[in-house]
Amino acid sequence: MSDTNQIQREEKTGLETFYYDNQIVRMFLIATVIFGVIGMTVGLWAALQLVIPELNLGLQYTTFGRIRPLHTNAVIFAFVGNGIFAGVYYSMQRLLKTRMYSDLLGKIHFWGWQTIILAAVVSLPLGMTTGKEYAELEWPIDIAITLIWVVFGLNMIMTLVKRRERHIYVAIWFYLATFVTVALLHIVNSVELPISFMKSYSWYAGVQDALVQWWYGHNAVAFFLTTPYLGLMYYFVPKAANRPVYSYRLSIIHFWALIFIYIWAGPHHLLYTSLPDWAQSLGVAFSIMLIAPSWGGMLNGLLTLRGAWDRVREDPVLKFMVVAITCYGMATFEGPMMSLKSVNAIAHFTDWIVAHVHVGALGWNGFLTFGMLYYLIPKMYETKLFSLKMANTHFWLGTLGIIFYALPLYWAGFTQSQMWNQFNPEGTLVYFNFLETVTQILPMYWMRAFGGTLYLAGALFMVYNLWKTAKAGSFMKDSKAEAAPLLKEYSAPKNGHWHRRIFEAKPLRLTLFALIAVAIGGIVEFVPVFLVKENMPTIASVQPYTPLELHGRDIYVREGCYTCHSQMIRPFRSETARYGEYSKAGEFVYDYPFQWGSKRTGPDLHRIGAKYPDSWHFYHMLDPTSMSPGSIMPPYPWLYDQDWNKEITEVKIRAMQTLGVPYADGYDQQALADAETQAQEISDRLKQQDQIEMTKDAEIIALIAYLQRMGTDISNVADSNQE
Amino acid sequence: MKLIRHHLETITGIEVFPLISFVIFFLFFTGLFIYVYRMDKSKIKEITNIPLDSKETDQ
Repeated sequence: MSDTNQIQREEKTGLETFYYDNQIVRMFLIATVIFGVIGMTVGLWAALQLVIPELNLGLQYTTFGRIRPLHTNAVIFAFVGNGIFAGVYYSMQRLLKTRMYSDLLGKIHFWGWQTIILAAVVSLPLGMTTGKEYAELEWPIDIAITLIWVVFGLNMIMTLVKRRERHIYVAIWFYLATFVTVALLHIVNSVELPISFMKSYSWYAGVQDALVQWWYGHNAVAFFLTTPYLGLMYYFVPKAANRPVYSYRLSIIHFWALIFIYIWAGPHHLLYTSLPDWAQSLGVAFSIMLIAPSWGGMLNGLLTLRGAWDRVREDPVLKFMVVAITCYGMATFEGPMMSLKSVNAIAHFTDWIVAHVHVGALGWNGFLTFGMLYYLIPKMYETKLFSLKMANTHFWLGTLGIIFYALPLYWAGFTQSQMWNQFNPEGTLVYFNFLETVTQILPMYWMRAFGGTLYLAGALFMVYNLWKTAKAGSFMKDSKAEAAPLLKEYSAPKNGHWHRRIFEAKPLRLTLFALIAVAIGGIVEFVPVFLVKENMPTIASVQPYTPLELHGRDIYVREGCYTCHSQMIRPFRSETARYGEYSKAGEFVYDYPFQWGSKRTGPDLHRIGAKYPDSWHFYHMLDPTSMSPGSIMPPYPWLYDQDWNKEITEVKIRAMQTLGVPYADGYDQQALADAETQAQEISDRLKQQDQIEMTKDAEIIALIAYLQRMGTDISNVADSNQE
Repeated sequence: MKLIRHHLETITGIEVFPLISFVIFFLFFTGLFIYVYRMDKSKIKEITNIPLDSKETDQ
């Protein structure tokens, strides 16, 4: 149809009739419910393993180090991810007065995303992991994520192009910022060198890898768990309260300030580490600034309910949303506080962090999703909610669940941190044995598991309630709507403001500027660290890993040791007294990927090398309680039955050479022989030390090689020429 | 930290970096506040009501 015809028709009739697609919304809603329950169940399972290690069922596939990434990935990308898509597909159609651009793209997006989740569910328990938190999925899945993400973005942008509403409501700005920024984060952080199907090495090493990873990790929280949900808040809260958002002006400031500032704050995850000081300070400064937009947004959400607070008492949808927004406010106040270096010194590596993220996950993301579900399911099934009482029960179980989850962990984190730092008058550590600080907080771990159980029970009530609601109603596949199309030759009025002309009616330009705003932060953080790459304070005595140690390191990564052990000794007296010399940037230059970790359920391992005899590690990995009675670390018997993968040795060395590790030319040919020799030495030593008969081919031998090497190079420093 | 400081110092014109960052931020947010302050009231009202004014059978 030509433009003239269309304009003539519009002039005659004024309105066009069209249909909103509810089918795609329902598909994503069902997925979010299913994966929500699965993700929470795996979380509860992991939490229980901390008090009853035997609950790993004695299987490598279900041991904490492997199911913890499964839990985080399931909750973030499957539960919240599907929740985002459901909310976006529902609200976007209505805010733009058009059906989504393509049903087919929507379906590809849906099934593609579920396939990615399935691949994660299979590959993570199998130990296929990149070893980078919240980005554990291996390279083929990373590529699939990129493609499906583009499908999602394309569908959104094309829908904007064919919209019937001139103005783009602020919720959609948040969706667009989510799309471009997550794409940027995912691509930059996932640059990796594949060495086989489902195994790759990070392109970055040590300090740089850490900086990229936490720029990603922090902004995954910002742009996957926050901005899309703020978009949902700006749509669903006014909808559920049936009143417009408190201040649209504030929402504009909220948007630009949030995306501008958030991206800079990543380094606050690396305070007191080997990251350059200026980068740490930059992260702190921007984290503090973040309070302003975050609280602006929270208040905007809560004040939307002005004059409707009486309804909050009766309507479960509003109840869930109010608690969600309140939790958002608490978490975004706590976050900047924790980024103050003095507070961070206490909180980092403890359960305080775990409590903090769960206020966000359970409170903000969980409750907003529940609110959205209780709002949408009755609407799309054209019926009333099956049981209001049950929804209220869910609300209270959930709220109590959050409290029982978070408070004990705050207590645990604070207690453990104080115990780590306590000195005797003689200047020795009171709790030199790390395990004492763990057994002390086990009751808190029990309480937290109880909190998790309450929360999960609440969610199960919801599943039943929504299922009964759906059964009682009939699903409306498409909802009919009417609106006038946009005039093709529209130009913004001359007296209109430049900002509106440039941004608010031009989705692509808005997207581009959002990308620029977030890219500036990334560039300022990265460029200096990569510029000084050649001059990274290298330590002459730090040498590349031997081939066997490289194998051992890959086993360390596979088992997810980083989920409980850090490799980063901070320059505190309490840490150097406990672990030894603090960690230096130059020690990590051959670490692909870095394994600094973020939580110490067990002690730091950076100076574990040469601390104990090989036989100690042999017995400890077979049964941790034999060496440390009362330990909650699970045993790793499979390392004694499985052989380290010899065939891949050459490829590993060549990959390392490609990444810039200075092995001599042609070393790949000699590597396997060297590895076998070193393995034989360890096997012989075990026999000498404790009459242990162990074949040199077992994985445990490679792991011992790595553990005994870790952090030892620096002790040779005195003998060599240090820069 | 000495080494890192040294290498940062060798970037030509590094002193001006913090100043540039501050100016960018200051101008951006001042501009944003001025814009938001000058926004047309009736337009704001119209935009704010977009989520609520759907002509839909299920509303």
